[in-house]
Amino acid sequence: MKAGAACAVRGIHKRYGAAVALDGVSIDVAAGEIHALVGENGAGKSTLGKIVAGAVAPDAGEIVVDGERVTYRSPRDAIRYGIGLIEQEFALAPDLSVLDNVFLGVELGGRGLVDRARQRERFAELAERIGFRERSSVPVRTLRTADQQKVEILRALVRETRLIVMDEPTAALTRDEADRLLEITRELRDDGVTVIYVSHVLGDVLALADTVTVLKDGRHVKTASAREETTDSLVTAMLGRSLDVAFPERTPPPPDAPVVLSVRGLSRPPAFDDVSFEVRAGEIVGLAGLVGSGRTEIARAIFGADPAAGEVAIEGRELRGRSPRGSIRSGLALLPESRKDQGLVMVRPLSENVTMAHLGVVSRRGVLQRRREQRVVRDTLRSVDARHASQSQPVSSLSGGNQQKAALAKWLVRTPRLLLADEPTRGIDVGAKRAIYDLIRNLAADGLGVLLISSELGEVLGLSHRVIALRAGRVAGEYDGETVDEETVMRAVFGSG
Amino acid sequence: MADGRVATVRGRVAAGPLASVSGGLDFLREYMIVVCVLALFLVLTFTSDTFLTTTNLLNVLQQVAPVGLVAFALTFLLIVGEFDLSSGALFVLTGVLAAKLQPHLGTWPALLIAAMAALAGGVINGLLVAYARINSFVCTLATSLMVAGLSNVITKGFLVTVNAPGFFALGSNELLGVKYSIWILVVAALLCGFVLSRTKFGRWLYAVGGNPEAARLSGINVRAMKVWAFAFSGLAAGIGGAIVVSRTATGQAGNGIDIVFGAFAAVVVGGTSVMGGRGAIWRTMLGIIFLALITNGFNLLQVEPVYQSIIQGAIILTAVAIDSLSRRAS
Repeated sequence: MKAGAACAVRGIHKRYGAAVALDGVSIDVAAGEIHALVGENGAGKSTLGKIVAGAVAPDAGEIVVDGERVTYRSPRDAIRYGIGLIEQEFALAPDLSVLDNVFLGVELGGRGLVDRARQRERFAELAERIGFRERSSVPVRTLRTADQQKVEILRALVRETRLIVMDEPTAALTRDEADRLLEITRELRDDGVTVIYVSHVLGDVLALADTVTVLKDGRHVKTASAREETTDSLVTAMLGRSLDVAFPERTPPPPDAPVVLSVRGLSRPPAFDDVSFEVRAGEIVGLAGLVGSGRTEIARAIFGADPAAGEVAIEGRELRGRSPRGSIRSGLALLPESRKDQGLVMVRPLSENVTMAHLGVVSRRGVLQRRREQRVVRDTLRSVDARHASQSQPVSSLSGGNQQKAALAKWLVRTPRLLLADEPTRGIDVGAKRAIYDLIRNLAADGLGVLLISSELGEVLGLSHRVIALRAGRVAGEYDGETVDEETVMRAVFGSG
Repeated sequence: MADGRVATVRGRVAAGPLASVSGGLDFLREYMIVVCVLALFLVLTFTSDTFLTTTNLLNVLQQVAPVGLVAFALTFLLIVGEFDLSSGALFVLTGVLAAKLQPHLGTWPALLIAAMAALAGGVINGLLVAYARINSFVCTLATSLMVAGLSNVITKGFLVTVNAPGFFALGSNELLGVKYSIWILVVAALLCGFVLSRTKFGRWLYAVGGNPEAARLSGINVRAMKVWAFAFSGLAAGIGGAIVVSRTATGQAGNGIDIVFGAFAAVVVGGTSVMGGRGAIWRTMLGIIFLALITNGFNLLQVEPVYQSIIQGAIILTAVAIDSLSRRAS
């Protein structure tokens, strides 16, 4: 085993469209240490890990490995420097055997032949080291998640990886499996491998890491020895997210406003379990939580997009046999997490996207009334102020912000009772963000209930009348949106204090 | 048409070198078929004396009627994001069944029942794809084999000929000097075009093919749309098969199964996307005419027919390449 690699990044910048993921970050990772990257959602920790491993190319800045400045054109280049990445989604060939996956691309043997005996020997050695007990001949897809992850680790070891980046490695594991992974990671470190450990499980980070770096809004906050930190001190360092947008005035719903949405004991393990809450007319309720806390899954279950146990009632009437179709009839609207994959039909014209969910409004006996449709589309797009050259332009030719407004307009052809807004401002510029905030506010002021989901805590706090904190699929706290501070919610979602 | 406006708007909005390439490709994708049909028409008019005669043109239309019907249905399927290989086999089954049943039931009941059998085959394909979630290509390949086998069982490998004089009516009779089959083709084109561009049903087809998840989250019954499209494909194969068997008065297993390839060629040459969500009936109509003109031209100019399939293949590749490149550029 070669010695671990030391790695440094200098002035790394990375943008995704209008969103800045990393803004001039520099850190030093010493050879043979476990260096944890922590931060809120969207702080840039995963992006930084992927840049080190060559899976994402930075816009600017340099990467230094063992004192030598490197540039990668692909993850393959990073592998040559001894750097490997273990992502949340594994990069395994599911139908190949464990052995074939481990040696994929670096098969032992010469002249185009594979020396299986030598491979098995080497495999046994490594498997012993990390405690992998499954047979090497079974297809990878038959293994449990934790074992698949071990295959990923074996794969890195076979390549003589000297620095492993692990991105949220415990996210899909049970507690026992996670503890075992922490042990393995420590053993790797003791063998001299450097580990960059990206995680939001602060307890694990403190138990495992030698050094912790806190990121916030794509900037470096501090790097310190893990021994000197506590969950409290880490959460405090993540706080004070700078708000780049001003939020519109909150008009609280009248005290006697009726309940529009009532959720009782909604469960879909392991995503979320026994979730109950209410949303009143005119009220914006924010769901705050980390990635994987079940936010999106809850919204989808309410809408009937995924099956779930428990009760959902709209204005007191329980929805039975939940389906998107039935939910829409009952007055629910879902502005989904990804407008491109779930909200819009990108190859179709703007007008068709707007009327798609409410064709009954613009047709008679199944035949479309084109004039009426044009009018409805014009009025609806005007109400959300979506800039467009023509109703018949493909929706893909609009800017991100205007696409999002179109995705929202789709639900305003017929006014819903409750809007489930999942990441309504993801990847759009500051001006469009403010416009979306105003729209959501105004809809609520008109008596609509809104369930707001966002990775940006500032957005949840800035818009919501009430905030529900989620941790690991359960309600961890409920707060008044006007008075609660960021720290309280952060402690609830991170489970500290 | 609506599609045309889309192209010009995109061209105008486009900026920068990559975008203008995409604009150019889009223009090609949108209008190439129109230009090609016009050009070929003019060339044939000037190079052949017999081309621009009523007899020749009606003859061409009459020949393409069955493949045209199958192609319309395939247009629906590609738009909804699926494919049907089995319409050739269902087309053959219809002919065989009708020829076999005619002596027992009489002409019209025999044709009707045979076409309904094809419709039933389409519904079964639809249910298998939509509910059992079998890949449509694999599913219809398998059912195609089964249906072709069934045709063989029915005929026991023999030619089934019909001698009843009234049997020729559907394929050979005329209304106002034009064969029934051409009227059926024209009415079907108008009807299908109307359904796709002017009805809720058509919109749903485009939405499902363009983005099934977005369609589902908009309350559209994605599975039902797929079953409808497959059912239509079966029905179209049935009507096409009925027309042909009535014209030839013979049912023969294995003869005509390749109609699905001609239909598919017409659809993609017309500019309907193989990736779903984009396409139109007028495109398929032009695609059919284009391929028919090539065949007709080869015959009139006495070119060796062996070159036809080579040229057809090249044309299909070109059409699909343009579609794929225009998607990537945008």
